[in-house]
Amino acid sequence: MIEVKDVHFTYPNGVEALKGVSLTINNGEFAAIMGENGAGKTTLVKHFNGLLKPTKGSVLVDGVDTRKVSVATLARKVGFVFQNPDTQLFSETVEEEIAFALKNFGFKENIIKRRVTWALNLLGLVQYRKTSPFMLSGGERKRVALASVLAWNPKMLILDEPTIGQDYQQKEKLRQFIMQMKAQRRTIIIVTHDVEFVAECNPRVLLMRGGRMVTDGEARKVLTNPEILTQASVVPPQIAQIFIKLSDLGLPKNVIDVYEAREILLSVLEEQAK
Amino acid sequence: MAIIETKNLTYTYPGGAKPSVRDVSVKIEKGEFVLVTGPSGCGKTTLCRCFNGLIPHFYQGELKGEVTAAGLKVAEQPICELAKHVGLVFQNPENQLFALSVEKDVAFGLENLGVPREEMRKRVDWALKLTGIYDLRERAPHELSGGQQQRAAIASVLAMQPEVIVLDEPTSFLDPLGAKKIFEVIYELNRKLGITTVLVEHRLDLTAKYVDHIIIMEDGKVVLDGEPREILSSKEARLIGVGIPKATRLYQILQKDRVKLGNAVPLSSDEMSALLRGVLKA
Ligand SMILES: Nc1ncnc2c1ncn2[C@@H]1O[C@H](COP(=O)(O)OP(=O)(O)OP(=O)(O)O)[C@@H](O)[C@H]1O
Ligand SMILES: Nc1ncnc2c1ncn2[C@@H]1O[C@H](COP(=O)(O)OP(=O)(O)OP(=O)(O)O)[C@@H](O)[C@H]1O
Ligand SMILES: [Mg+2]
Ligand SMILES: [Mg+2]
Repeated sequence: MIEVKDVHFTYPNGVEALKGVSLTINNGEFAAIMGENGAGKTTLVKHFNGLLKPTKGSVLVDGVDTRKVSVATLARKVGFVFQNPDTQLFSETVEEEIAFALKNFGFKENIIKRRVTWALNLLGLVQYRKTSPFMLSGGERKRVALASVLAWNPKMLILDEPTIGQDYQQKEKLRQFIMQMKAQRRTIIIVTHDVEFVAECNPRVLLMRGGRMVTDGEARKVLTNPEILTQASVVPPQIAQIFIKLSDLGLPKNVIDVYEAREILLSVLEEQAK
Repeated sequence: MAIIETKNLTYTYPGGAKPSVRDVSVKIEKGEFVLVTGPSGCGKTTLCRCFNGLIPHFYQGELKGEVTAAGLKVAEQPICELAKHVGLVFQNPENQLFALSVEKDVAFGLENLGVPREEMRKRVDWALKLTGIYDLRERAPHELSGGQQQRAAIASVLAMQPEVIVLDEPTSFLDPLGAKKIFEVIYELNRKLGITTVLVEHRLDLTAKYVDHIIIMEDGKVVLDGEPREILSSKEARLIGVGIPKATRLYQILQKDRVKLGNAVPLSSDEMSALLRGVLKA
């Protein structure tokens, strides 16, 4: 469980990036943090694994104050994938990159091998096992960064912009993986601007603006409320936009899924035909 | 007349196991708004690097075939000459920013072009305002959030107003409303100033409605090249894993259910809701 209590954070240059954020994320929860550029999303999640410590207020991870444990201890429990993969990658081959944390955490050789292969498969990187991460495309590098964290199966996962550079199939694989993790009661927190991805995942949605949390609710409700979204510089997903535009015809406004949209439209058309 | 043209372009990075771009022949007409998409790793960024001369001048490797941009043979011109005509917004904004302040980064390209001081001041402010980072102009790039950095990278290319702008996933770090606004700005520059625009994107929901021409790549090759509505409604595009806009997807699904929505494939929520309005009774 992650408990954020009235957290304030000011960078050394004086920018106050968090202005009193409070929230609780329970074990087994899947939450998406969204909101305008510079709202403080990255700053906030960097508090969850102790990379940043609050200037004021506190963050508790499973009841322990992040100021009282080392980043190394927290790292085992809270896996963190950076917004920009290049800040994370340093090994000579993709395989070594993925194995690095596993070795550090003292996994046995045969388990390391198995987990590396598993992660390479999951992220479609098998052919790059022996390749340098720096000779990969942007999307591939992001997947190496993801693989290197997913490999050790941390109890909590923080993914900053996981869908950047990913095509539709990769996103779909990532979504399925997240759903599996959720079924195993792992905690997953993503920071993202990808509204369509969020619409497909249907998580708890947290909207930030100007260093504060402004909305907290289920995706279907938050993503279909244009007033709230606009404040946080988010636009509704395309299916929601269509239903909002047609709401004068008596259609429901809170639709974000394309197949649900189909069901509703077909039943209305059938009714009309009678 | 084509402003960018490749003829049988094949390129392999140094130490690359196989070509990253294979036998690509494409034509981009002056004033066009072109979208390049395809699965991660298919060669989009590599192709962009061929347009502004990063390949072969910065990335060596093996290049076959021909690339011309703005009437120049790319292989024969230095990068600084090409930069006057073709501006590239990098996929990773951090790799593009290096100055001590945002403002200096945006001014850098203009200094190289020899733009007079006063004109430079005007263009820098214009670009900073268009991208919504005027208030951050004195900050160091590393003191910015991901999206703010990306805005700075876009501003530094817009300020130069080159004949061709190549944007490699320019809004991946931008908040959705910000992304929408930036695309509106780019579209306006494309229509008003006739700046040829080449956009690499995975998220087509925001962009499909602007484009005149789509190029889809897979495994280094161009597999589809043509009219957006035709391509996005094709089965091939979906099988390659292109992120078809949800409005288009809903249209396809309803077509299968024999709902008669007409033959004009919608690319945006506006177009799709108008079609639905036609069949739904109030
Ligand atoms: N290293 C830093 N030093 C100083 N200020 C910073 C630093 N990193 C971020 N900031 C500032 O802190 C604020 C919050 O930044 P943060 O990176 O948390 O935003 P974000 O919500 O993740 O934005 P984005 O969507 O653009 O990634 C912004 O105003 C930003 O300019
Ligand atoms: N510097 C490099 N050296 C060697 N190989 C590279 C280099 N950069 C990319 N590649 C390889 O070339 C191929 C095409 O990469 P490119 O970056 O052009 O893909 P992309 O379509 O832009 O992908 P993405 O959507 O993930 O950014 C990939 O297989 C990649 O691994
Ligand atoms: Mg961020
Ligand atoms: Mg790329």
